[in-house]
Amino acid sequence: MPTITVENAEACQTFEIKPGESLLVGSEKCLSRAIPVGCRGGGCGVCKVRIVMGRYDSKRMSKAHICERQADAGYVLACRVYPLSDMRIEVVNQSQAEKACLK
Amino acid sequence: MKKGVMRPGHVQIRVLDLEEAVAHYRDLLGLIEMDRDDQGRAYLKGWTEVDKFSVVLRQADEPGMDFMGFKVLNNTVLEQLESDLTAYGCAVEQIAAGELAGCGRRIRFEVPTGHRFELYAEKEQTGKWGVSNVNPEAWPMDLKGMKATRFDHCLLYGPNVEATYALFRDVLGFDLAEQVIDPEGNRVAAFLTASMKAHDIAFIDCPEPGKFHHASFFLETWESVLRAADLISMTNTSIDIGPTRHGLTHGQTIYFFDPSGNRNEVFCGGDYHYPDHEPVTWKAEDLGKAIFYHDRVLNERFLTVLT
Repeated sequence: MPTITVENAEACQTFEIKPGESLLVGSEKCLSRAIPVGCRGGGCGVCKVRIVMGRYDSKRMSKAHICERQADAGYVLACRVYPLSDMRIEVVNQSQAEKACLK
Repeated sequence: MKKGVMRPGHVQIRVLDLEEAVAHYRDLLGLIEMDRDDQGRAYLKGWTEVDKFSVVLRQADEPGMDFMGFKVLNNTVLEQLESDLTAYGCAVEQIAAGELAGCGRRIRFEVPTGHRFELYAEKEQTGKWGVSNVNPEAWPMDLKGMKATRFDHCLLYGPNVEATYALFRDVLGFDLAEQVIDPEGNRVAAFLTASMKAHDIAFIDCPEPGKFHHASFFLETWESVLRAADLISMTNTSIDIGPTRHGLTHGQTIYFFDPSGNRNEVFCGGDYHYPDHEPVTWKAEDLGKAIFYHDRVLNERFLTVLT
């Protein structure tokens, strides 16, 4: 099973991915949940991470959140990424407060 | 005052993968697949709806809502509202009959929250699906999934809720059924109705224009909402929150996401509204209870996860 290391988590964090699971679902099953959870469908952009190292398959994600330039720089939405090897990733620090409405 | 807008008629939703989306809306929500067109769009509806379709799915690079359409009483009303919208200062776009398969002439305009709406008077009526209009049985036996009965409303996020409310009230004849008011007296949410329902369309204030919060579908009972929750788990569908009750409208609800991250709601119950009713007010400082009546705490996702 691929092991994922989150390089910029508060405490160094690793979790394993079961076959067929996305990066986000693997993170959600881990108690510390390093990756923020949104729609889980590649639409809302909340679970954006940067892949530092590792091989993966991916499904389509919203161009509103991952443009070609970002995709080239290794940015992805974790809910659409299916790891094929051990991976090292960084959670992208999008301030939830900035995104919040009604505040 | 009523101006002849009858009901929410359709919503066109952008999805990342059409077949995956059709399977979700058809097999999980239980909508009926009615047609496809030469642009590759899929047309669906709830089984109790008499018109041919109410949900249109279009494959695109970004999920979200293309537009929502309201059906008006007749072509005289359509012409009147077209001239009223123009006089109000809206740019009105003409869309020819048949651009949506089975739909008559539509007029399209953008409201200050950044969302596009349409009005139309005619759509092919295929009747309720699976039951006759004469001596109808209670329900068709071969419905799938949640057996959603109809497309009910959308909740949309954007700026200028006040100006959008004014347009819906003054030009389109909607009533304000429910609202959320902040301590400074600003209306930060407006639930609007053209009928007796607690909402036919709702807006919540948000700096980013044109955002889609959810499309909602009606179920008969709380038992059906619980059964929907079971189906969401059985199919490993992405859940948002619920089953629970809203303070606003008092509907009993569950939220989940389609495979492209567009939020769906199925709900039952809810308050009713007559034109002489005062709007129901929730205070923004009690927003947790207004939105999630049982938890009384807002989850951040409800405010920030949008397409």
